[in-house]
Amino acid sequence: MTAVSDREQRAYIGAQAADARVNVELETDGMTLNLGPQHPATHGTLRIITRLDGEQVISAEPVMGYMHRGYEKLVEVRTYPQINTLVNRIDWLGSFANEVPFILAAEQLMEIEAPPRAQWIRTILFEMSRIANITLFLGDMGVQLGAITAVFYAFRDREHVLNQIEAATGGRFHPNYDRIGGLKEDLPRGWVAETKSVMDKVRDFCDEMETLLVGNEIFETRTRGIGVIPAEVALGYGLSGANLRASGVDWDLRRDQASPLVWSEVDWKVWTHPDGDSFARYWVRLQETREAANIVDQLLDGLPAGPIMAKVPRIIKVPAGEAWVSTENPLGEMGYYVVSKGDLGPFRVKIRTPSFNNISVVPWVLKGVYVPDIITILASLYFILGDIDR
Amino acid sequence: MELTLAIELAYWQQLTVKVLAVLIIVPTATAIIVQTFLFKVMAHMQSRLGPMEAGPHGALQLMADGAKFVQKEVLAPARADRRVFVLAPVVVLLSTFLLFVVIPAGPSGVAEDLDIGIFFALAVSSISVLGVLMAGWASANKYALIGGLRAAGQLIAYELPLVLAVVGVVIQAGTLSLQGIVRAQAEGEIFGFGLLGLPFVFTQFIGFALFLIATQAELTQPPFDMPVAESELVAGYQVEYSGLQFLYFYLGEFGAAFAFSALAATMFLGGWWVPGLDLDGGLLSNLIGPAVLFAKTMAVAFLIFWIRFTYPRLREDQLQTFAWKYLIPLSLLNILATGVFKVVF
Repeated sequence: MTAVSDREQRAYIGAQAADARVNVELETDGMTLNLGPQHPATHGTLRIITRLDGEQVISAEPVMGYMHRGYEKLVEVRTYPQINTLVNRIDWLGSFANEVPFILAAEQLMEIEAPPRAQWIRTILFEMSRIANITLFLGDMGVQLGAITAVFYAFRDREHVLNQIEAATGGRFHPNYDRIGGLKEDLPRGWVAETKSVMDKVRDFCDEMETLLVGNEIFETRTRGIGVIPAEVALGYGLSGANLRASGVDWDLRRDQASPLVWSEVDWKVWTHPDGDSFARYWVRLQETREAANIVDQLLDGLPAGPIMAKVPRIIKVPAGEAWVSTENPLGEMGYYVVSKGDLGPFRVKIRTPSFNNISVVPWVLKGVYVPDIITILASLYFILGDIDR
Repeated sequence: MELTLAIELAYWQQLTVKVLAVLIIVPTATAIIVQTFLFKVMAHMQSRLGPMEAGPHGALQLMADGAKFVQKEVLAPARADRRVFVLAPVVVLLSTFLLFVVIPAGPSGVAEDLDIGIFFALAVSSISVLGVLMAGWASANKYALIGGLRAAGQLIAYELPLVLAVVGVVIQAGTLSLQGIVRAQAEGEIFGFGLLGLPFVFTQFIGFALFLIATQAELTQPPFDMPVAESELVAGYQVEYSGLQFLYFYLGEFGAAFAFSALAATMFLGGWWVPGLDLDGGLLSNLIGPAVLFAKTMAVAFLIFWIRFTYPRLREDQLQTFAWKYLIPLSLLNILATGVFKVVF
């Protein structure tokens, strides 16, 4: 980490000196361009202050906090079941995946294990929220580069997945389906067969995006070699998820850590790409969406019968202790550090969200790129504002 | 429009009729283009319905939108250069109006059949960039400024292939007059088979492709819409405009889209002529000619807008590379080949 920042410092000073020379010779003046908080490319209210020389970025600084909702403080005055509905609003595109690590942390403290069927359904819905989340990215990347049609296809096909999530949980966006010790209710009749046909649609969508965007020459020229993040920089800034895997680091919490969820029961693959550029990030996410559809298919085949709820006391009091549980969420590693003092609610919760760390690489990666590439890189880093600011 | 009427009109009367005709045709053509392609074709391509409520299948949506624009307050930023700011949309619109002057829609259905018709059309179409630059500069907005400068920067990258693509047609037809180009296609033969004429798209297919690509840039459409680039520059040079002034830009852009489609139809697809029409006049040709041209124009416009809705956007420097390394050498080769064939045959 030190080596990287040293080298970066030297590169920065060198770039500054070069800029200064150009400015003196041509008598040009830099310009400060303020991207956001209201800007179509920032997915909400991220603000990026860029210093430009012509169209080239000299420095860029992300400013966050415009959507801070204070969840870490709010959860301190709520009971565990109430917190569930708060935390699924952190990454609003893959809501169910936010509930799972928190519930798992609470279960770990209470030393409860949900029955197998509940764990399988949790994993299925976890992967489905990954699909619901990332399909939107796959289309949105097109919009950020000017190909408007892709996002409408994404919205169209994501709808099928959301319908299935709604059928199972009752909530399209915010399921609030996970419970300490199990699930709210069992799956409706016919859900398994219908979900399988939806997974076929997801795979078709991935093929469509592959021909529409990945195979497009303009898309490749706009993304290949743009915003390259080498593996050591990615690790140094604490990147996680597809952003890290696109830099060639083979790291996936679904495979690399023991979890009550059942990814180890099915046959799947972690996709990496050696390039670390915007194209690699898109490509890795595309493959992961396909892989998620395969995981869901296999899990649906092996879904065990049985109860969906363990024996849990009517009033949930979590014994004193500390627990850290993190999972591989759609955007990267998401974790909750829960400190309990034996009350109805937690004493303190620290939420580790992937987008917050992913966005921290922005000043490094935006240095020296052109204005259009800012958008490409931001889009390919893929963050959700609720996930940055919480 | 200089119809072959029995009565002789004085010069000023002819002029009034022509001006009125262009004034009516430009907004109508723009309305048709926007309603058909931007509202409905785009929506159906994106598996949406598009506007459905106003009129049958949303046919009157544009009227509602137009009325909305007229009602809106015309705003200007406090630090804007007022005079230039107000003038800019007018300059863009002017360029579009001038384009329509030379496009022939029948043996006598042309406002002014200039001898240098196509040269005039390409020259006046470049004026719009001046308006864009003015808008970008006068808006006192950084996004607008970048947009305006991008428009100026990419000007030469596509104007050159655009002109060079046309040169092949001009060599083959032996005239710059658009009426002459239509005539040359009508009188041409495909290997001695003269019934269909010879639409130049068969011989100048490279020129046709180059012309369509350069037209995308001329109209600031994807993949060359860097001056407006919604996801980066919000709306580029248009960002500070509202109400009627914004509508002017809109009219200018899509009016030009129609005009360039009509130019492509005229130069490459035979223009207003179809087999059976009299080249030298007559009521039938003058009535059917516009309809034929309109049909061909819409076919070309469909191609243009199809690309618009599908492709991502290039970067400014990538456009320059593309233009100088591929488009311009290719168009020069095309001219060379056309010249050789012209001499040999």
